[in-house]
Formats: sequence, C-alpha cells, structure tokens
Amino acid sequence: MLESLLAQADMNGSVNVAINIAFGIIATVMIFAAFSVVTTKNVVHAALYLVVVLAGVAAQYILAAAEFVAVSQVMVYIGAVMVLFLFGIMLTRAQIGKEEGLNNNGWQLGIPVALLLFGLMAYVIVDTYEDTVIGERTPFATEGISDQVLAPFLVPFLAISFVLLAAAIGAIVLARKD
Amino acid sequence: MLAQLAAEFPGWYPEWNIPYWLMSILRVVGGLVAVLLPAGGIVYIFLFKMMSFMQSRLGPMEAGPYGSMQLLAEVGKWMQKEDLAPDNADVRIYKMAPLIVLLSTFLLVVVVPFGPQAYFTNFETGIFYALAVASISVLGILIAGWSSANKYSLLGGLRAGGQLIAYELPMVLATLGVVIQAGSMNLNRIVEVQNTGEIFGIGLIGNPFVITQFIGFLIFMIAVQAELTQSPFDMPIAESELVSGYMTEYSGFRFLIFFIAEFATAGVFGFIASVLFLGGWGVPFTWFGWEGISDVAWWMNFVGPLIMFTKMFALVGVIMWVRFSYPRFREDQLQTFAWKVLIPLALANTAATAILKVVF
Repeated sequence: MLESLLAQADMNGSVNVAINIAFGIIATVMIFAAFSVVTTKNVVHAALYLVVVLAGVAAQYILAAAEFVAVSQVMVYIGAVMVLFLFGIMLTRAQIGKEEGLNNNGWQLGIPVALLLFGLMAYVIVDTYEDTVIGERTPFATEGISDQVLAPFLVPFLAISFVLLAAAIGAIVLARKD
Repeated sequence: MLAQLAAEFPGWYPEWNIPYWLMSILRVVGGLVAVLLPAGGIVYIFLFKMMSFMQSRLGPMEAGPYGSMQLLAEVGKWMQKEDLAPDNADVRIYKMAPLIVLLSTFLLVVVVPFGPQAYFTNFETGIFYALAVASISVLGILIAGWSSANKYSLLGGLRAGGQLIAYELPMVLATLGVVIQAGSMNLNRIVEVQNTGEIFGIGLIGNPFVITQFIGFLIFMIAVQAELTQSPFDMPIAESELVSGYMTEYSGFRFLIFFIAEFATAGVFGFIASVLFLGGWGVPFTWFGWEGISDVAWWMNFVGPLIMFTKMFALVGVIMWVRFSYPRFREDQLQTFAWKVLIPLALANTAATAILKVVF
C-alpha cells in the first residue's frame, strides 16, 4: 500500500505521503478505541476511549487542513460534551473496576446498523470522488467560514440555534421542581 | 518554511539558513523553557518569597543565595519518593491523570507568539485553539478525582469540574471582545493590531486592548484566577474541608507534575493575557517606524520573549497577590458569581464592542 502511495506521489506532486501515513495511523487508533468504547466493562473507561476517538477526529480534520473545524471539535466534544459526560457519570454511578450488565438487551441491533452505515458512507465517498486525487490544501481562512454562515447559510444557522434554545429551555423545565 | 518567509518579507530576515531539524529542536527546547521557566520563577518569586514577605517572614534562606536553590531541593525531594497508588484505585487512569493536565499546559504554550517569527505555530485560529485546549485539563482533574477511590478526591474533582465549566464561559466571552476589535483570531495579528493602533489619532503607545477592553480584561483575569483554582476560588482543593481535593492521594513525582502544571498554566495564561490585552511581544511600531508585522526588525525575535516574560510575571504577580490576600468563596457564591455576574457582564461587553466596531 505504501508503494502505491509513493508511486502516486511521484506521478502527482501534490500527494503528501506523510499526511497519508499519519491518516492511517490515527484511523487505526480511532477504530481500536471505538471498539473499546463498546466492549470495555467500565463506564468511565468507555468515556475515556470516546475521548480518544473524538481527539482522533480532530487530528484528521487538522490533516485535512480544516483548522477551524478541528478546534471546534476539541472545544465542543472534548472540552464540553465529554467533560459533562464524565461529570454526570461521577455524580451518579462511578464504580471502580469491572461492572456487569452495562449492555442493554438490544445491543445486537447495533451491528447491522453499523455495517449498513459503513457501507452507505463508503459507497457515497467512492461514488463521489472515484479516482480523483485530492492534493495538499492550505487552511481555509476563518473569515471565509463566517461569511458563509452569516450570509448564504443564515437561515439554517438560525434554525439550528432555535433547536439549541428549545433544548436549553427543555432542560430548565425538566430541572424545575415547582 | 523559512525560505518561504524570507521570500515573502525580503530584507528584514537575517541570512541564516536554519534547517528543518534544527528548527524543530529549537522549538522543543523553546517550549520546555516557556513552560518550566515561568513555573519555577513563579514558585520562587511569588510562592516562596512574596507570600513570606506578606506574612512577615523570610521564606527559604538556606539553599543557595536567598534560598534560590530551594526549588531544586524540592524537586529532588519529590523525585526520590515512591510512586504510590491506593489499593482500590484504578491504577492506569490514576497514573495517567496528572500527565493529561500537564499535556494541556504544553498544548497551550504552542500557540503563544514570542516575536514576529519566534512562535511555535502560527495558527490562524490561535486564540480559539488556546481556549479549546485549556479545557482538556478538566478531563485530567476529573479522572484524577475519580480514580483515586477516595471520597475527598471525588468531591474535589466534581467541584473542580463544576468550577472550570462555569468559568470557561466568561473567559471565552471576554476574549470575544478582543477578537471583534482586532478582527482576527490569530495571536500575532492581535499583537500587530494593538501595536499599530491609535487612540484618538495618537499612536505613541499603540492601542493596547487593556484600555478599550478594560471590562473584558477584568473578566478574563477573574476567570483565569478561577480556572487556575487559586484563592479565592480554591474550593476544589480546600484543605480544611477536602484534605487536598483531587490531589489528596497523589505523592512523589505525580504530585510534582500537578504542581508544575498548576504554576506553568498560570504562566501560560499570563502570556496569553499579555498577548490579548497588553500588546504581547511588541513595542508600538511607530517608535521604530515599522508599518506592519512584516517590517519588524529581526532582533525583536530576541527582545520579544523578554518583553513577554516581563508582562507575564507582572500579570501572574497580580494573580498571586489576590491569591494571598483574599479568603475562599463559598461554593454557591462561586457559581452565582460566574453565572449571574460575569457571564451577563461579558455578554454586554461583547454586544457593546460589536456595536462600537460597526459605528466607528
């Protein structure tokens, strides 16, 4: 595989071999961590493996020159979502050591869903790009992203913020005692 | 990359040909210096000496002149100790936790610019990145509290989690004002804007954002104080209630790592605050007739770090001064202060900055 990569790089100067190797290593770690999330016998360990997966996604974004998305990934998923996960787990059930009965009864259903999703996404990616070689990219300016979000995509952006507002109000309603 | 830089800005970069490997070594060494030197300096100057003088005592005097070698003695002492873990602890995670906290410090310093080229990486989204990786340390603290198998540790970890989540928001919102005014998230660009700026047409001192963003500066420094869990925000390690919070079970060099990370992070936040609000490594560019960052003389790469260290020690001095002067808040006061005072104030500051930016 490495040889074909090097041959590609020789033919087409824009292929960066180091980035492709790094992609492979990070992807392997992510797959291993993702399996560990569902197989480990401890909730906190599962959450920490999930952190590895999400950090891997951020690293892949960096390799794809999507700086802003990568940093958002770290901020939102690792800095906020995972911290709240761990916070919640520790407030409620936080045993040390192995724990039984973590799987729910329908866990087998996850396997066909995962396979189906994998097949669908692989098909879409292969179908879209076919043999196109995507060369090295320079990071996209952040101003460009804000110009996109606040002009042509303003309506979807506002719609999403309404969803978040609804979720925040819902949380307050659930938490109120009176 | 240097060749590319030299091509972009001809005439101001000396004719050095630094190969990539040497540049990488320089960056690694520079990163270690930028983390460990502030940590050691802060502990000696403020924790050993300033606190002692404020309490009418001398502090360490035996090791070296004026006790300046005390730090090495302490490090040697911690390194010798056995690497203990409690019987019931989740040992792997227990041992990993302090490293995650230190990792967050190193990831933070990577983004700080010390001169026109004296940076580790020139991230386009610099300040956003800094705020994002600063939150990784919470993970380390939470799992340190959990894996110790100790009620005091768990409570300390939960308190730290709640506190750091609450004070991250005012910090992000206070930074927003600076980003709006500078029109960029790149830290070097923020430095350039401050040093080329003018206040009512007078460019003598540039336009350090501490003047125009004074409310933002105050909110930022208060949030930093809380993020560093320094008094009056030190409930996570409140010694009279929780022994030592999430650090209770740690000893030896793992405690040392927590300790270094605490003061090194104070130093890095000092660097970031001086970049955001005090003009960073720069001097007002009009003093030397520089138009923009590409005209800055090459020697600023050497003077810049000195300026940064001076500003950082001044800011951390204020943090430590507050730490030694005020008693601890109550837990509910801490949360109320963040959610009901700082966050609304920071939102108002952001809105006001945005309106003024459009008007002027």
